[in-house]
Amino acid sequence: MGKMILDGEIVDNGWQRFEPGELEEDGQSLPENQPVIVPLAYWQAHRDTLLEREAVGVCLEPGEEPADLAADLPHLPLVAIHFPAFKDGRGYSYARELRTRYRFTGEVRAVGDVLQDQLFYMHRVGFNAFEVRADRDIHEALENGLRPFSVTYQGDVHDPRPIYRRRQELEQA
Amino acid sequence: MYVYQDYDQRLLEERVAQYRDQTRRYLAGQLSEDEFLVLRLQNGLYIQRYAPMLRISVPYGLLSSEQVRTLAKVVREYDKGFCHVSTRQNIQLNWPEVQDVPDILAELASVQMHAIQTSGNCIRNITTDEYAGVNPKEIEDPRPWCEIIRQWATFNPEFAYLPRKFKIAVNAVPDADPALIGVHDIGVKVIHNDAGETGFQVWAGGGLGRTPMTGQVIGEFVPWQHLLAYLEAILRVYNKYGNRDNKFKARIKILVKALGAEKYRELTEAEFAELKDGPMTLTEEEVARIQGCFTEPAYRDDVDNGVLDKALQENRAFNRWYHTNTRAHKRDGYRSVTLTLKKTGRIPGDVSDEQLEAIADLADRYSFGELRNTHQQNMVLSDVAADDLFELWEKLDALGMATPNLGLLTDIVACPGGDLCALANAKSVPVAEGIQRRFDDMDYVHDLGPLDINISGCMNACGHHHIGHIGILGVDKKGKEFYQITLGGRGDKLSRIGEKMGPSFESYEVTDVIEKIINVYVDKRLENEPFIDTYERIGMEPFKEHVYG
Repeated sequence: MGKMILDGEIVDNGWQRFEPGELEEDGQSLPENQPVIVPLAYWQAHRDTLLEREAVGVCLEPGEEPADLAADLPHLPLVAIHFPAFKDGRGYSYARELRTRYRFTGEVRAVGDVLQDQLFYMHRVGFNAFEVRADRDIHEALENGLRPFSVTYQGDVHDPRPIYRRRQELEQA
Repeated sequence: MYVYQDYDQRLLEERVAQYRDQTRRYLAGQLSEDEFLVLRLQNGLYIQRYAPMLRISVPYGLLSSEQVRTLAKVVREYDKGFCHVSTRQNIQLNWPEVQDVPDILAELASVQMHAIQTSGNCIRNITTDEYAGVNPKEIEDPRPWCEIIRQWATFNPEFAYLPRKFKIAVNAVPDADPALIGVHDIGVKVIHNDAGETGFQVWAGGGLGRTPMTGQVIGEFVPWQHLLAYLEAILRVYNKYGNRDNKFKARIKILVKALGAEKYRELTEAEFAELKDGPMTLTEEEVARIQGCFTEPAYRDDVDNGVLDKALQENRAFNRWYHTNTRAHKRDGYRSVTLTLKKTGRIPGDVSDEQLEAIADLADRYSFGELRNTHQQNMVLSDVAADDLFELWEKLDALGMATPNLGLLTDIVACPGGDLCALANAKSVPVAEGIQRRFDDMDYVHDLGPLDINISGCMNACGHHHIGHIGILGVDKKGKEFYQITLGGRGDKLSRIGEKMGPSFESYEVTDVIEKIINVYVDKRLENEPFIDTYERIGMEPFKEHVYG
């Protein structure tokens, strides 16, 4: 079982994630009693059966927007957003929309090419869980990646106020 | 100038620490080339032909004398004693070492300078009219709005990994486009409504590069309170739908064109509806605070215009420089002075450490300690009293920065080109020099009048060749350097993309071709008609005939 960062701590990753096409190609069925993260298309095709399971999350690929999942969000404990390459920044807007437009309060998880140097931005737009790439030091990522800055100019999902609405607090810091 | 608060300074210092750690991990092999590439680019560091190039941010071109002195020190200690003013009003170092960059950044941070987002697929330096704040034609000072945008753009978590680079410019001059907002990803035009309230006409989808085009109006009148919410809406649409498969189709201009302005507006308005009146809404207090950083300096009331009049009558060289290199000012008795960095034989826009120090001293002595970089690769002392002009001119002349060619044929804008840049197809500096040498008779150059020549060493168009009245683009043909000529581009009253003249030329032919073009103009022009007006009147044909005939 791999490790991941959840809400600022390193924990075991109890979820099994399937890539797009993986389940269909192998014709395999989902493991019993195992929390799973399935691709959007699979979710859409098997929504009713999946809803009977205890723990199912859906993973969005770049190009698949939260709007495609909006109606289902109240039923989901977890939405994952896949970064095939860390420089594809669409997932940042998706996470932000999940939190601010759809008021999604479940876990928003970054998966794929997830690296230390992007964690701060990811956290600010609404990710609270990170599957840091397996070949990297997750402890260092947690220690140095999440809080490189104590100052931010913009509001974010944690505090929507931009700096000009919270300056006094900063000046007293 | 914007006055840094403790937290602004803290942000810069934390950035230095972050970048130092990224460099350390790269040098220790813990970050791949590809990963570090993206990180270093967001910090303005390119790996170039012979050495890295570090682009230092100069927000809307504005510099203090203290910053210029620190630049001089950095240029001397970490480079070869020269730096380069870029067409985005930034400063470039051409010979730093990768491992020295964290120390350079620490040095710069001590005077509130940095290289944040000077490259990479993120929001770049915000630019504006180099005469902002003193231009008698502007409806208000655009710099406070630039600063407000700068802060929103700095480490904006959602827009750090856009499909492609993103450039925003602000203009507050009606009926002119000194900030080239027509060819920016977003152009912000400050306007007033009938009630006299400030708002913005927001353009999107302009750009130079491989597919040059002018932008389209997306927001007709965005009230000032909603500026950032509107920009955020435009950016979110771009971040979600911009092309990420093909780097050459990834700029917002391609998306705006593909969707059409109407559709882009619709998508923007949908995002905007959600943000409008939310926490991003600008407050009067904040705008007033930022505007308070750009107040008028302590202008003298006792400026003696007689001193100037006498010098203008007595000294012909001074007279010529005055009429060419200084311009009208909001305040009576003051002029804005442009220091031309275009002496023949020098790389356009290059300035040495010693010159920087001298310029800083001149800024302190004559212009309230401030300077600006221009998008035409010159520098400006914006607030010089009329009775100081002669004295200042003598000093500038001694420094080689009083060449009276501002806006004339030899005031050539050029990228560093193939001599330094790894992206370039062809050299640009020797082409500029060849033209400057051919047109070495200053009387003739003055007689020719306003003429913008812009040279880029490749399609990326750092030399803004599309908007030169005469544009020169370096292209590669089977490993040989060729140059394509465009005519009729503009970046003055309006932004317009030039038209290709015909087949390209070998480097040895370029100067002759330029001379032929000029000869057609001289032959056809009406009295006092500038080159661009003649071109627009008679069209491409006569030029083409003479050059290729």
